[in-house]
Amino acid sequence: MTTPSQEPLLVLEHAQKSFGAVRALEDGDIELYGGEVHGLVGENGAGKSTLVKILAGVHRPDAGRLLIDGEEAIFDTTKQSQAAGIAIIFQEPTLFPDLTVAENIFVGMQPLKRFRRIDGRRMRREAAAMFDQLGVRLDPDRLARGLSIADQQLVEIVKALTTNARVIVMDEPTAALTSTEVERLFRIVETLRARGNAVLFVSHRLEEIFAICQRVTVMRDGRHVLTKPIGELTIPSVIRAMVGRDMEALFPKVPAEAGHVVLAVDRLTREGVFTDVSFEVRSGEIVALAGLVGAGRTEVARAIFGIDRWDAGSVEIDGRPLPPGSPTAAMAAGIALVPEDRRQQGLVMDFSIERNIALASLDSVRRAGLIPRGAERRFARDWALRLQLKYGRLTNPIWTLSGGNQQKAVLAKWLARKPRLLIVDEPTRGIDVGTKAEVHRLLSELAAQGVAVLMISSELPEVLGMADRVVVLFEGRVTGQFTREEATEDAIMHAATGLVGAAA
Amino acid sequence: MTTVAEERTAFPQRTGSHVLAELLFRFRELGIVLALVIVVGSATADNHRFLSSTNVQQIVSGAAIIALLAIGETIVVITRNVDLSIGSILGISAYAAGTLYRNHPHVSIVLIFLLTLAIGAAFGALNGLIVTVCRVPSLVVTLGTLYIIRGIDGAWAGGNQVNASMLPRSFNKIGYGTVAGVPYLAIIAIVAVAVATYAMRSFRTARDFYAIGSDPAAARLAGIPVGSRVFLAFVLSGAIAGVTGALWLSYYGSVDAIAGVGYEFQVIAAVVIGGVAIFGGSGTVLGAASGALLLSTIYSALVVVNVSSFWSAAISGGLLIAAIAFDRLIAVRVAPVLRMRRRARG
Repeated sequence: MTTPSQEPLLVLEHAQKSFGAVRALEDGDIELYGGEVHGLVGENGAGKSTLVKILAGVHRPDAGRLLIDGEEAIFDTTKQSQAAGIAIIFQEPTLFPDLTVAENIFVGMQPLKRFRRIDGRRMRREAAAMFDQLGVRLDPDRLARGLSIADQQLVEIVKALTTNARVIVMDEPTAALTSTEVERLFRIVETLRARGNAVLFVSHRLEEIFAICQRVTVMRDGRHVLTKPIGELTIPSVIRAMVGRDMEALFPKVPAEAGHVVLAVDRLTREGVFTDVSFEVRSGEIVALAGLVGAGRTEVARAIFGIDRWDAGSVEIDGRPLPPGSPTAAMAAGIALVPEDRRQQGLVMDFSIERNIALASLDSVRRAGLIPRGAERRFARDWALRLQLKYGRLTNPIWTLSGGNQQKAVLAKWLARKPRLLIVDEPTRGIDVGTKAEVHRLLSELAAQGVAVLMISSELPEVLGMADRVVVLFEGRVTGQFTREEATEDAIMHAATGLVGAAA
Repeated sequence: MTTVAEERTAFPQRTGSHVLAELLFRFRELGIVLALVIVVGSATADNHRFLSSTNVQQIVSGAAIIALLAIGETIVVITRNVDLSIGSILGISAYAAGTLYRNHPHVSIVLIFLLTLAIGAAFGALNGLIVTVCRVPSLVVTLGTLYIIRGIDGAWAGGNQVNASMLPRSFNKIGYGTVAGVPYLAIIAIVAVAVATYAMRSFRTARDFYAIGSDPAAARLAGIPVGSRVFLAFVLSGAIAGVTGALWLSYYGSVDAIAGVGYEFQVIAAVVIGGVAIFGGSGTVLGAASGALLLSTIYSALVVVNVSSFWSAAISGGLLIAAIAFDRLIAVRVAPVLRMRRRARG
C-alpha cells in the first residue's frame, strides 16, 4: 500500500484557462499517484490556484485533457469532481458556521433512513469514528462557528474521507497553522498516503514540501516548469525554478546604525494574555517578535497600538509615555501597524487602490475639509511607484491585486504617514517569494532611514534573515532575547517552546 | 460506540453560566415562553378577562395566521433572503377565493385551496426566478412584487368586497370553528408547524437551506444547487401565503383590495423575535411560530390594558430590536466558551 501505484490516479495535460484577457493558466500539467504526496509550488500568479480549481470542478479548462484512472473526464460542477473521487481542502476552509461539525462533514450526502429522512445518529457516530481513526478529538455535535482553522481543515479532511475521495488536494493548508498543528496535519497526510490516497500538497513553504512530499511540480507564469522526485531537488534548485533566477537576495538586510530608543515597552501586562513584557526598539533597528502562534505576539502589538488596553506596565515613544487604549494617540505619536489579516483589518476590499493608500493620510490630502480626487490620486500614485506596486488602474478595487501587491498597498498606506515606529504582523504571510524579497528590501531600507521596525513573524528564516534583535515570547512571557549574532534556529525554537528560562 | 453523554463530559470546561448562555443560544424558544408567561401573567393581573376563552381563541387564531406565514418566511430567511410580498400574495389569493365563491357559490373547498395554493406558488415562483436568474437581491425583488401584486389586486377588486353572506357556511366554519374549544385555525397551524419543524431537521433539501444561508459560496463549492434551492424556498413561501389567504378569508369572512396589508412586517418581526438569524443560516420554524404567538399575545394584552394601537406598533418594534440585541449579546457571551474549548484542546 505504501509504495506508489504504477498507474496515475489523475492526469491533467496541457490545461489552459483564461479569464477575459488574463491568461491564468497556459500549460497546466500534473500526474498524481496513489500512495504519494505530490508537492505543487510556484509564486503567486503561477497558476496553482487555477489548476486546483480545475480539479475541483470550479473552473472548466479552455483546452487540455483530464484523465481519471486513464479515462477522460470533464467537470462542469464541483459535484462531478467529488463524484470522481477528488476532494479539495481549500486554503480558507469552506465550512458552514451555523451547522454542526457532523452536518458539515456530511453536507449533501447525509446518511438516510426511511422516507429519505436524515439519520442523525448514524451521522454523528460515523463522524466520531472518523475522528478516532485520525486520532483527534472533536465534538461532532458542536457548531462549526469558532473552530480554529486547523480544526476546520480537519473537518474538511474527514469530509473528504467520507466521500471515499482517492485524490485529496490541499491548497496551502499550513498557511495559518501553528507548528504543533502543522505536525498534526503532517501525521494525517502520512495516514492518507499510507491508505493509498494521492495527495496534492500546495504550499509556499519549501521546508514543508521537502518534509512530506515524494515528488514536486514547479510552476511559473501559468506553465509547468518541472516535475521531479524530491531526492533530485534541493531548496535552492526549486527556488531557481520558481522564480526563473537565483534568489541570493531573499533577505537583503543592510546593516543599519542603531540610534536612540524609539519604543520602550516596560513590564507590559494584560491579564491572561501577556505578562511582564519588556523590550526596546531603537531607530534603525529591526526587532523581530518571534514565538509560536498564540504566544501573545499580535496581542502585544495591538496593545502598543492602543487597540486593546493594558492592565499594567508602560509604553514610551521617544521617551514620552503613551496613554493606554488609544490608537489615535498611538498614530499621533508616529506608530503604524500593518496587521496580520490584511483582508479584514488592513484594507477596505471594495475601495479603489488609491483610496486605500490615501486612507490613513487623509489629513495631509485634505483641503478645507474636502478631499480633492486629484490630490488623492497623485498621492497614491507617488506611493504606488515607490513600492513598485503592480496594478492595472489605481481606480480598480483593491481586491483585484494579488496578495503580495495587496500587502504592498497596506505598507504604502502606513509608510505614507512617515511613521517613527512601524509594526508589521506577519508581513509576508501568503505572498510569493519574489514579492517577499521586495517587502524585505523595503523593511530593510526603512530601517536604514532611521525608522524603528517591530516585525512579528512565524517564519524562522525571515526572523533570522531580517532581524537585528529577536525577542521571543512563550505563553505571553518573554523567554529569550537574542542579538543577530546569537540568534540561531535552535536557540529561538527552544525559547519559543518554553524549554529555557527567561534569558532577559 | 461513544454515546452523546460521554462526548459531552469530554469537554469539561462548561461552567454554569456558560451552559445557560449556550442553552439560550441553542434553544431560543425558552426565552419566548418566558416572555409569554410574563405578558399573560401581567395582562391577567390587570384584567382577568384576558384569559377568557373568547379572547384566548382570538389571540390564538390571529397567531395561527401569522405563524403559518412565518413558516414560509423562515425558510426564505434561512437561505439569507427575505420575502416581503407575502402580505400581497395573501391578499390577492384571498380575493381570488372570495371571487370564485361569489361567482360559483357551490364550488368545492378543495378547489378553493388548490386555487390559492397555485396563485401563491406562481407568485413565489416569480420571486424565485427573478432572485436566482437575474441575481437581484430578494429585498428589492419582493419589495417590487409587494407593490405589483397589490396593484393587480387593487385594479381587480376596485371598490368591491366579498362578504361573509357570499361564502358557504362550511367554508366560514374553518375560520371560527373549534374542537373542544381549540380553533381549527390553531390546530392547522400547530400541525403545519410540527410538520415543517420535523422536515427542516430531517431532509437534505432543508439542511441545504441552512447551508446556503450560512455561507452561500461554500454551499456552491459543496455542490449544493443553490439556485434551485432558493427558488424552491420562494415557491414554498408563496404557496404557504396563498393557502393562508384562503384561511384568512374564512376567518374574517370578507375580503377587499387591502386584505393582508402590512402582514409581511408582522411576520418578519415574528420570525426575527423567534430567533431566526436575519442573515440566514440558523433558526427554527418552531421559534418563528412562538414569535408569532408572542406578538399576537402582546397586541391583545395591550388592547386589554387599554393601550392605543399606535403604541402597540411601537412596542412590537422595540421588541424586534431587543430580540436582535439579545441575539448579539448571547453570541458575544457564547464566543469565549467556544474559544476556550478550542484552547483547552490545542
